[in-house]
Amino acid sequence: MIPAAFDYYRPKNMDDVIALLEEHGDDARVMAGGHSLIPMMKLRMAEVPHLIDLQDVSGLGDISISGGRISLGAMVSQHELINHEGLNAAAPILREAALQIADPQVRYMGTIGGNVANGDPGNDMPGVMQCLDAEIELLGPEGSRRVAARNYYESAYMTDREDDEVLVSISFNAPAGGFAYEKQKRKIGDYATAAAAVQMTKSGGQVASASIAMTNLSDVPVWSEAAGAALVGSACDSAAVKAAVAAMLGDIDPTEDNRGPVAFKRHVAGIILSRAIERAWQRA
Amino acid sequence: MTDKMHVKLNVNGEDREFLAEPRELLIYALREHLNITGPHVGCDTSHCGACTVTIDGKSVKSCTMFVAQANGAEITTIEGIGKPDALHVLQESFREHHGLQCGFCTPGMITRATKLLEENPNPTEEDVRFGMSGNICRCTGYQNIVKSILSAASELNSAKEAAQ
Repeated sequence: MIPAAFDYYRPKNMDDVIALLEEHGDDARVMAGGHSLIPMMKLRMAEVPHLIDLQDVSGLGDISISGGRISLGAMVSQHELINHEGLNAAAPILREAALQIADPQVRYMGTIGGNVANGDPGNDMPGVMQCLDAEIELLGPEGSRRVAARNYYESAYMTDREDDEVLVSISFNAPAGGFAYEKQKRKIGDYATAAAAVQMTKSGGQVASASIAMTNLSDVPVWSEAAGAALVGSACDSAAVKAAVAAMLGDIDPTEDNRGPVAFKRHVAGIILSRAIERAWQRA
Repeated sequence: MTDKMHVKLNVNGEDREFLAEPRELLIYALREHLNITGPHVGCDTSHCGACTVTIDGKSVKSCTMFVAQANGAEITTIEGIGKPDALHVLQESFREHHGLQCGFCTPGMITRATKLLEENPNPTEEDVRFGMSGNICRCTGYQNIVKSILSAASELNSAKEAAQ
């Protein structure tokens, strides 16, 4: 498969990236690892006359953990997320989720920034970032601004990011308590039939806080405030888990595709969320 | 049609230069410009791993990288891992344990496995299966591939101990 021709740029700093985006408008796109964009270009589902490769841009590959705040540069790869000891200690849900993305080769190239920015409902990190209440930093001609991950996604491939903006980093408070990222997929490398990100804290044998987000069960990731609220104050018994699942099912809106009909996806979503809550609670 | 660009790669220790369109995929650039035909075009959709090469220390599916992205990189293909008269331990092990039948996936399997063993010299069977999950084989059922890699790992480790 041969993509349409493009002009290729490999700028070394963000000023040059923004200048190229301003010059070429929506004819230009930035590329991180390229493992979502290149397949789309090969299928000619994406046409990119001006391709801006971010690999040489300095300052996009940092992982910083300081004062309980974690910041990830857009170009940090899934492979780096998995193998970063400090990050695994501070926010282990990232490693658990990253290990379920694609396959080893793809994880060397695939980046956190690309996964979060892309807007494909099948991407796993958007749900994780909503669960963690992360902030997305966008840099554009007017400077930088921050958007909550919970407000970033508008519909499939449509996000709050403007054409002349670039996602440069993602930051969030180091989560406390137990965690789980549970994903049902048909095979290695597949997107989720259903996946759930859960963070929970425990106090006096009861759920003190719970944050729940679901992947690939709507045209955007779904942070289900009601599902988390259904657990808080309970002992995480089976009635509470059932209530959380029922609340979550009220917030998702899956469509039929080759991963199954709507009823099946809703069934799987309930099972996956129950398992995720159970594992997060054990770890809390 | 855009202008061709000047591409410089270091492939298997040798500097190679040629002109290519930026949109050319690395796998085709290797095969058609440089006649390096060890990495194979299997699925051409980043699933099968037959095109796996090592680029600046990463296992990469070369069907999912533009030649422009690889410009300036150091690349190792199966041709740089062993020679017919001097096989790599992994190649010997695949032969010994019948880790291939038709052989189409083998260059990608072995290239990926060299990186896997470099990062994890003492893998469990599960580590091997997970670490090789980006490579598909339609002949063997994987059992003998896993056996080959585990056996090569223990052989490489004994060689290392003997050298110390």
